[in-house]
Amino acid sequence: MQTDTRIAIVGAGPAGLAAARTLVEAGLRPVVLEESPLAGGQGTRRLSPLTALHRSALFGASAQSITRREDAEDAVLKQCDFRTGTLAWACHDNRLELLGPDGFDSLTYTHLVIAVGATDRLMPMPGWTLPGVFTLGGAQVALKRHASFIGQKVVFAGSSPLLYLAAAQYLRLGHRDLTVLDTTPASGKARAFPAMLRHEPHTALQGVSLIAELWRGGVTLRAGVRLDRIEGDSRVQRLRYATARGRDMTAEADAVALGHGLRAETQLAELAGATFAFDPAFRQWFPRTDDRGRAGERLWLAGDSARIGGAEAADAAGSLAAQSLLESLGRAADAHCIRRDTRRLRKQHGFQRAMTDAFRWPAKQAATLADDVLVCRCERVTAGEIRAALATPSGPIEVNRVKSITRCGMGRCQGRFCGPALGEMVASATGDPPGRLRTQAPIRPIPLVFDAGPMAPEGDDT
Amino acid sequence: MVIFVARHLFQPIDPGTPRPLRFEFDGAEITARRNDTVLAAVLASRERCGVNEFDGGGRAGFCLMGSCQECTMWDEDGRRLRGCMTEAREGLRLRSRPHCGSD
Amino acid sequence: MSPALQSDVLVIGGGLFGAFTGLFLARAGLKVTLLEKGQIGAQASATNFGNLRLHGRSARQYPLSIRAQELWESYGSLTGEDCEIDRTGHLYFAGGERGEIQLRKDVETATRFGVESQLLEGALLRERFGFLSDRIRLAAFSPRSAVANPRLSTPPVARAMARAGGTVIEGCEIANFDASSGGFAVTSTDGRHFEAPKLVNAAGAWSGALAKQAGEPVPMFSAGPPQFVTEPLPHRLHPSVHMVEGDVIVRQIPRGNIIFSGYPRTHSLPSGAFTHVPPAKTLRGMRELVQCIPMLARAEVIRVWSGVEGYLPDMLPVIGPSTTTPGLFHAFGGSGGGFQIAPAVGQCLAAVVQGEVSPVDISSYGIDRFTERSEVSEKIHLEFDQ
Ligand SMILES: Cc1cc2nc3c(=O)[nH]c(=O)nc-3n(C[C@H](O)[C@H](O)[C@H](O)COP(=O)(O)OP(=O)(O)OC[C@H]3O[C@@H](n4cnc5c(N)ncnc54)[C@H](O)[C@@H]3O)c2cc1C
Ligand SMILES: Cc1cc2nc3c(=O)[nH]c(=O)nc-3n(C[C@H](O)[C@H](O)[C@H](O)COP(=O)(O)OP(=O)(O)OC[C@H]3O[C@@H](n4cnc5c(N)ncnc54)[C@H](O)[C@@H]3O)c2cc1C
Ligand code: FES
Repeated sequence: MQTDTRIAIVGAGPAGLAAARTLVEAGLRPVVLEESPLAGGQGTRRLSPLTALHRSALFGASAQSITRREDAEDAVLKQCDFRTGTLAWACHDNRLELLGPDGFDSLTYTHLVIAVGATDRLMPMPGWTLPGVFTLGGAQVALKRHASFIGQKVVFAGSSPLLYLAAAQYLRLGHRDLTVLDTTPASGKARAFPAMLRHEPHTALQGVSLIAELWRGGVTLRAGVRLDRIEGDSRVQRLRYATARGRDMTAEADAVALGHGLRAETQLAELAGATFAFDPAFRQWFPRTDDRGRAGERLWLAGDSARIGGAEAADAAGSLAAQSLLESLGRAADAHCIRRDTRRLRKQHGFQRAMTDAFRWPAKQAATLADDVLVCRCERVTAGEIRAALATPSGPIEVNRVKSITRCGMGRCQGRFCGPALGEMVASATGDPPGRLRTQAPIRPIPLVFDAGPMAPEGDDT
Repeated sequence: MVIFVARHLFQPIDPGTPRPLRFEFDGAEITARRNDTVLAAVLASRERCGVNEFDGGGRAGFCLMGSCQECTMWDEDGRRLRGCMTEAREGLRLRSRPHCGSD
Repeated sequence: MSPALQSDVLVIGGGLFGAFTGLFLARAGLKVTLLEKGQIGAQASATNFGNLRLHGRSARQYPLSIRAQELWESYGSLTGEDCEIDRTGHLYFAGGERGEIQLRKDVETATRFGVESQLLEGALLRERFGFLSDRIRLAAFSPRSAVANPRLSTPPVARAMARAGGTVIEGCEIANFDASSGGFAVTSTDGRHFEAPKLVNAAGAWSGALAKQAGEPVPMFSAGPPQFVTEPLPHRLHPSVHMVEGDVIVRQIPRGNIIFSGYPRTHSLPSGAFTHVPPAKTLRGMRELVQCIPMLARAEVIRVWSGVEGYLPDMLPVIGPSTTTPGLFHAFGGSGGGFQIAPAVGQCLAAVVQGEVSPVDISSYGIDRFTERSEVSEKIHLEFDQ
């Protein structure tokens, strides 16, 4: 083993964990950095002790295999330098900047694997800033991490397979007032289904049984709807929509989970030197990598932060990235593993690509947003202000410049939630593909002075 | 038709779970379960955890996973924290507005 | 080949130098075409800190700065728009002994040029600017200094120019020019042609290439200071605050965000496309800021950035005619202070281009002033990565 090798993995979701596993199996001891207090990642998030009481209800037949997987992950992490509560907030000159429980620190690496996942992609709509509207992923995190339902009457709205999954998880934990409003018509799903079935028959059929489960559970299910407006005085009270046949409807609700698929978290990769290409099927920018995730001399990218693919793809990509990294260290490649993971990855990516038809990103809607709809939640920038800027002579014609003029994307979340819609608004005005907001550090807000104060870790408090 | 709207957002998955922890939020007492997050505890009894600084619109968290910063709050010494990423603790004193710059 | 677009004057570079030059020329009735490789006012003129600082300038620059401040003060009537100009005043303070000596000298110089700069120390300083750390002993306040929002500052100037009859062409990178007796033929990288008897080189940090083509290379380099912005916080910091030594330059905008800049500046990438902000500098700036203004300790940084600015050895711009090529004029090399002087640069250069007397003497900004023996500002050693 080279003694001067220092491998850093950012993100302990399926991709980061698979990379760690592969490296540990090869006798290496990577540093694994994870912002949240636990390993696991997003969809595969570890349960709060409060939710864990319902483990078997939530996971059904998979409960045992999930426990086994988590135990295996923990065993791997024991052989890593695993740092939880540690945010990688910048990357420059082969060095990661960290903010952890003990404050600021930095880590010089020889090899870097970035596996920081994805967050919800949102299309703004009237009323989406009202308290009680959460992201679809957030609604799921509410169960798993916050041991809470987001409301008593919950509408899952948008366009994503997670609409059905999240609703099923609410149902399994005893929630009985659930509605799913899917904006993609049933015909789109029917068209996509053969391709989905071809790439991943098991997952495709699971989707079907999920819908049957919701049906049996009395969940209201509608596809092909048009989402009009979320209303309420100081919080969500109802959602107005039109059915596929054009009938205006009102769903009484005290909470809405809104999501239109996932958006890769590419910020850290960009700071680490990755370049980007626009993927027209996903209508988003993914970092360029070779087919094993290598993006630079010392840089590998894996999982949803490199290309939206789901947990299984993330696992395969993490493993492949680690194989490629090992090869770069002069280790013999495990041809069998590489073949297997490449095949898994290709299947999953084919499946996900087919799903972009079944669950469409409503790109065109950006152009039709009413002038008073808030696009940027943080800075409170409306669609009208963005349009006015675009229409001004010598005004901005590129997303970063639109941001600069209107402040859309300049707030605390740094364009994570308005960026996709802003990109589409600019695209519809210019006829170009949607642009990409440039990243600068920090990845999340960092305090001028670190001082743990009463938030200092108390040690073991479970 | 009168529609009942609860004065809070979140519903604990087990309504009967004891809430032995107490902390302060904007001067009011909030109770929490063991292993609760600050945000879950606040939203279990309120409709929001703060307001947007520019238009005063309510905010109640959005992503629930540390990304949107809409659950931002401050402790009594002015440190900023994200309610969704912070574990509830007995005796915390939190507020929905910053006091940075006020000393 | 498509026919060349004809103008009286071609201005290369749609930053503030180019846009203001274009505006004053168009107002004078000339047919001006402003050629910008990207978008109007999206480079240094947009990414800068936004200080319209009137004191602490090089003695040579006061007349130009004072003229510029007058023009900024009438920006609304000049352009018909607003760029959040705010007469916050500017507070210089000394971080240490070197700074104190500098500051006293600066106040003297400002006073000599009729610019008010109030020296403050002891109880008076505490009383007026109590947010400064107790270890700071000396400061100077310039009430007429102001700030503006750089991101918004250039497009209104270009629009005003267009209303006065000028033409703005964006996405047009000039590759080279040909000077002949009749004037200039200019070609863009995508093969468009422009012709005019007069040519202005206002291409910011990229102006060196055009100057070199004219046979008058300049010792200019590109760099930018590390900057950051915090989340919005209650508005408590009123003047723009600035350590003379340059480690801490800070202001709070009315929306509440605190904007920071601080030396040493970082050299831009060799391609000239970008200036990185090394995280170590951000961390250092964060620490320094809190040491000077402790009440900001709890603020959180949400984004860093810098910009690509051209610096010359004496930290002063080049403004004036070419010495090799009749009809060619230069305005570039803001050297960190170009935002403030930009309107006056435009006004003076426009006069010179028309063969008139410049309203402010700009003879000391000539492009031929750099020789082996010419003086190098000590700032070059103190304020940049070496
Ligand atoms: C909200 C959401 C819900 C989902 N629900 C499901 C589901 O129910 N079922 C399913 O099959 N799939 C689900 N998916 C998809 C699935 O979770 C992902 O495809 C898979 O988890 C991707 O794995 P990953 O390792 O690429 O990223 P993730 O699992 O997202 O892991 C990334 C990890 O990196 C950490 N991280 C991020 N940034 C930093 C940083 N700067 N510094 C340090 N650490 C950082 C995060 O905390 C996280 O733990 C969901 C995805 C999302 C986003
Ligand atoms: C981070 C930072 C902070 C600063 N802070 C301050 C401050 O607080 N106060 C102050 O007074 N000054 C400040 N400055 C300096 C000030 O911003 C600059 O001096 C000023 O903006 C220069 O204006 P300009 O028009 O010369 O350059 P720019 O604004 O850079 O404009 C030049 C333009 O030319 C274009 N161009 C270049 N090459 C070509 C070509 N071949 N063809 C066509 N177009 C071309 C570019 O795209 C660009 O738009 C700062 C600078 C930076 C970088
Ligand atoms: S709710 Fe988004 S960061 Fe906490």
